[in-house]
Order: sequence, then structure tokens, then C-alpha cells
Amino acid sequence: MYKKIDSADIAFLKSIIPHDRITIGTDVSESYARDELGDAIKSPDVLIYIRSANEVSLIISHANIHRIPVVARGAGTGLVGGAVAIHGGIMLCTSKMNRVLELDEENMTLTVEPGVMLMEIAAYVEPKGFFYPPDPGEKSATIGGNISTNAGGMRAVKYGVTRDYVRALEVVLPSGEIVELGGKVVKDSSGYSLKNLVIGAEGTLAFITKAVLKLLPLPGKTRSLLIPFPDINNALGAVQGIMKTKIIPTAVEFMERDVILDAEKFLGKTFPDKSSEAYLLLTYDGSDITEIESAYAALAEVCYASGATDLLIVDTEERKEAVWSARGAFLEAIKSSTTQMDECDVVVPKNKVAAFLAYTYELSREYNVRIKSFGHAGDGNLHIYVLRDALDDIQWKSTLSTVFTHLYERAAMYGGKVSGEHGIGYAKLPYLQSSECATVLELMRGVKRVFDPNGILNPGKVI
Amino acid sequence: MNIIVCVKQVPGTTKVAVDENTGVLLRSGVEAKLNPYDLYALETAVQIKQTYGATITVITMGPPQAAEAVREAFALGADNGIMLTDMAFAGADTLATAYALAGGIGTRCKYDLIVCGKQTTDGDTAQVGPSLAEFLDIPHMSNVISIDKAGSENIHVSADIGEYVGAYEIKLPCAITVDKGIYVPRLPSYKRMLESVKQEITVLGLEDLADTNPKMYGLSGSPTQVEKIYQPEAEAGQVIIDGSPNDIASRLCHELRELKYL
Repeated sequence: MYKKIDSADIAFLKSIIPHDRITIGTDVSESYARDELGDAIKSPDVLIYIRSANEVSLIISHANIHRIPVVARGAGTGLVGGAVAIHGGIMLCTSKMNRVLELDEENMTLTVEPGVMLMEIAAYVEPKGFFYPPDPGEKSATIGGNISTNAGGMRAVKYGVTRDYVRALEVVLPSGEIVELGGKVVKDSSGYSLKNLVIGAEGTLAFITKAVLKLLPLPGKTRSLLIPFPDINNALGAVQGIMKTKIIPTAVEFMERDVILDAEKFLGKTFPDKSSEAYLLLTYDGSDITEIESAYAALAEVCYASGATDLLIVDTEERKEAVWSARGAFLEAIKSSTTQMDECDVVVPKNKVAAFLAYTYELSREYNVRIKSFGHAGDGNLHIYVLRDALDDIQWKSTLSTVFTHLYERAAMYGGKVSGEHGIGYAKLPYLQSSECATVLELMRGVKRVFDPNGILNPGKVI
Repeated sequence: MNIIVCVKQVPGTTKVAVDENTGVLLRSGVEAKLNPYDLYALETAVQIKQTYGATITVITMGPPQAAEAVREAFALGADNGIMLTDMAFAGADTLATAYALAGGIGTRCKYDLIVCGKQTTDGDTAQVGPSLAEFLDIPHMSNVISIDKAGSENIHVSADIGEYVGAYEIKLPCAITVDKGIYVPRLPSYKRMLESVKQEITVLGLEDLADTNPKMYGLSGSPTQVEKIYQPEAEAGQVIIDGSPNDIASRLCHELRELKYL
């Protein structure tokens, strides 16, 4: 279906891209054959570090004419194989197209190139008193990747997800045409929102070359609370009540003691409290501490009614570091506790989180496999990890497939979705296809055909 | 066992500006926090209390707002609080501070063990704990990294004295300064905070101490003369140059010339 890259294609690419930004064939590092999902799958035939929309335009229009796959890649931190060239072809890496182009203080927007890392955005805007709220755990991810997966993160409870903070996109279409979708406007009822189709499309519809992000004023103060509960059901039982108290938390994370112990072992650091089986970690922000502290009494009432024994205050830099460094290490800590793992990033309605987690324990017992989890109790997005441990290859594949099928079926039964924030890539493709109805899937395919009639953009992903 | 823990309020951030003319830290508007090393001291006392039984009294010296440090100590497990506050104590160096603390402890407390953090994060001298013990004429050990056993007559500790870790048995009453990492400090408890909200803090001024000679305290009792305080120069920095390509190029050239790279 796709054309294999030949010497004429390479000659063309070399004619428009300097030598130091293009790598061919076996010279491409093995790390580009995979993302954080795991095993290497396939390397691109050509890897190019792009610098401008014009370069992207020339490359993509050539690829479109010759039916060569083009895969966008940022920092390679995705978790579903979205930025892996499973059909080979050209990989365009954005990590050197990473300038902050403009801070528009009047419109409160930041214009960036796609390779700017999330941590760089925070470092740029926060000293100037601005705030970019989306807060995925992987801070070295690029904004292009975040937009392409509609990344969520811990502050989604209060602030929403990446989609809510993209005002405009400059994209390159498969034809090579460069167009702007959206604008520096707060409201927009001007026809179909193509910008919102491109967000979360994982590079299958268009190639993002510039993004205009919406900023907020930086909240003056933040404070976290670690709340111990006798077990996870008590902890999750408190969440709905917490959301109804006077101040909405920016983050509501749940964690269980065994994951905390994994993080302690992984980091070589002791967590400040592990006397309880389960915890909620809440974060509040506001203009001053008094405003935040005024929420404590009502919060305590809700949490005590659900079995909490205390509210532990995480206020100073040292305390935040002690608690949040562990929270930030959960994924790696779980990974280091086993031989291999795969993740289910389902999202369910908020009132189904407890029931869904209880179901994971059932599956764990039934299939005799370790299943660990932690995550965003406030927005219903769960990260469920199935661990391989000592299973052989055949047992692992079979158990994983069965457990995942059960998990996604249960999520669908609860009105949930396959992915809360990691996307579909190729790894979750079968689950998307089995969870959406034929009509919806056909609409998605139709959208893909309109944007990318030759199917050259990130083939084999999403749909 | 009666344990005294010495605590101090320090700036809540390392980014405190310094007045270029006077060399004084500009603390106004800067949030304060308990000195991080004192959290290890307090946790050490709470661990001893949980294992062997003890009453913990915290003592601090500072302006009236230093009461916040005592209140936080209540939320962390302290039973009683003493605050030395008097204009006569203002501007004290480590010697005058230790003398005032010794006066407060000596006149008001029955104690078996005094626990201090190794040092403060604003002064970094590590002198107050040992000086205090000298004024009280009791044995002391610095850089304690573990409490191995506590009895009614003595305490066994391990201390990192640089080239090796030594095991020491110290007769009570004594003072120890504890190092970072001896225990993981617990987080303040909202429940304890509420329970202790009406708890009184004993406030002591100059007149309450055995030695009421003001020349022994504060600035006048401090042999240390600070000539200048300044921030060390940052070695790493980042400059972002915005503008049109021509503007950026010319400003970059200018910057590089200024830095003598061109």
C-alpha cells in the first residue's frame, strides 16, 4: 500500500534538509523504533529533525504524492505507540523546532513551536505571573505530543485538559498546505471546529507546526493535603463529597500503601506517612492561604464521615517534595517492581471509580495476576497496570488480552471511554474499535479520509 | 523523660532578597516556616516519646509571629511551648541566642534531653545547639544520625563525625543536634492543630530570665559583627531573546560582546 523509500526520495529529502538533521536507514537509533509503551517495533526509514513549517510542508507534500508514511514525533514519551513508524517511512521529530514565539500578555496567550517541552512552558510563563494549567506527569513531553493526545494530567479536575487551552493551531495538511485553525479568540462559533478535530488526533489528520495556548493568571498559593483512609473504598467514597465543598481542588489523586512502598523502594526515600492502607492527595490553589485554609473544616467533615483519621498538611517546599516526588515516581516504581507491564488508561464517570477499581481486584484474583493502580480520582481517569512478573510469553499475552478485554468492557458498561489521556496509538486500537459503534467509527474514518485521502499521516493509529 | 526541642522560624523560600545597603534580609512579605532541620529534631523527640514515653516542650526565640512555629510544633506532636520574645533579644548572634535559650530553659524547664536541629537554613552555622549545652553545662553530641536506645540515666546515639560514624552513650541530661535523615518528619496534623488551638504558649521576656542584664542579649550581647551580607552570584542563567530575526541576531551579538565571547 505504501511506497518504500528509495534513493530518489532520499536525494530529495537531502536537498531540502541539512545533513546534520537527517538520518537514514540503519543509522536511525533503535530508540526511535518505540516509545514508552515498551518493546521496539519498527524504525522509520528516515528520521528528520524539522525546524520550520515550510520544511514540513515540502516533506509532506512529497510524501503525499509518493504515498510515503509520515509520523510526527516529539519527545517519544507516549504510552500507546502513537509515535512509532509501524509502516516505516519518514519520521519528523519536532524536538529541535522548539522556540517560544510570543507571549501575548493582552490576550493571555503563548505561541509556541511543537517541540517545546511542557516543563519549558511552565519555566517561561510562571516567572511572568502566568499559568498554563494542563499538568501531565511527564514534564519532558512536548506540547505537540500533548496536543496530539489531548493530554490531561492532575489539574484536570479544576482546570480541564489540553484541549481547553489550545486557542489556535498552525498545521500542515497532507497536500503541503499550511493553514491556521482557530485563533486568538475566546469564543468561536464559526463553523466546524477543525482545530478540535486535530487535537487528540495523534498526528493522523494534520501535522502541528505551531500552537497558540491560552494562559491564566498564576495562582499565588498552592497547598496539598494527604488524607489517610482505612481502605481504598473509604477514600474513593469521600471524593464526591469533596467535590461539593466550597473550593474545588485542582487535583484529587488516590494511592494505596503498596504503591507507596514500591515508590519508596524505587526512590530510596521514605514517604512521610504510610500508616494507612489508602490515601487521597488533594491540591488546592488560590490567591492566598487563608482562602485555601477556609476549606479545611468542611473537607474534614466529609473525609471523617468516610473514615479518614486526619488531614495531613503538605505546605512547605520540603513537604511537597517528599509527597509529590513519590507520586511522580509511581509509574516508574511499579515498572521496576515487575518484568513487564501494560497500562489501561480508561476513564469512567466519576461516580463509577470505586466500582471499577473493585472490579480490578476481582480480575486480579480471578486471573492470578498483579494489577496495580493509582490516579486521578477526581476526574474518573484511572491508570491500571497489569504486571507480567513470572509469566512466560504465551501466558502473558493471553492473560493481558483477557484482562484488558474485561476492563474495557466494564468501562464501556459504566459509560466510560478507552483512553482518558494517553490516546489510542496502535496499542489500544482494537479496544477503541470494539467499544465504539460502527456508525461512530465510520464517521471517524470519514474525517480521516477528508483530511488525509492517501492515508499517509501516522498510518495504523487511532482508526 | 522530659525533652526540650529548640525550633526557629526561617524564611519559607531560599529566594529572599537582601537589602544592598544594609545587608539585611528582606523578610517582609516572605512566608516563614519551621527550620527544616528542626523538623528532624522534633520528629526525633516524637519517636522517643512513642517508644519510651516522654513529654515534649518546644522553645523558640523570635518576634511574636514566631508563635506560629510553636503552633506548628503542636500539630507535629509537641506537648508544651515556650517563646522567648523581647526587643532585648533582637539581633542576637548564635552566642547570644544560645545564652537566651539557656536562660529560658534553665529557669523554666525540668529536662532530661535537649534536641536541636543540626543547623538552620538561614544561618547554617550549627553553633546554637552546642553553645546552648555549654551554657547549661551538660554533655552534648552533634550530627546525631540515630537514636539507638534511650534509658532513664543515659542515651545511646550514633553520630557522623566526618571520617566515621561513632556510637556514643551520653549521660542525661544532655543535648544532641540531629542531622537530616535521622527520621522522616511527619506532616502536620489538622486534627492536632485544632486540638491545640487554645493551648497557651508560655511567653518569656528579659525580666523572666535569671540574668536580666540586657548587655548579655540581642545585638549588644553578640560578639559577631556582620560587615556585609550578600547573595552569591548565580552561576547558571538563561536569557531568552525575543523579537524579529534581525533584532535577535543583533541583540545576541551585543550580549556575546558584553560577555567577551566576541
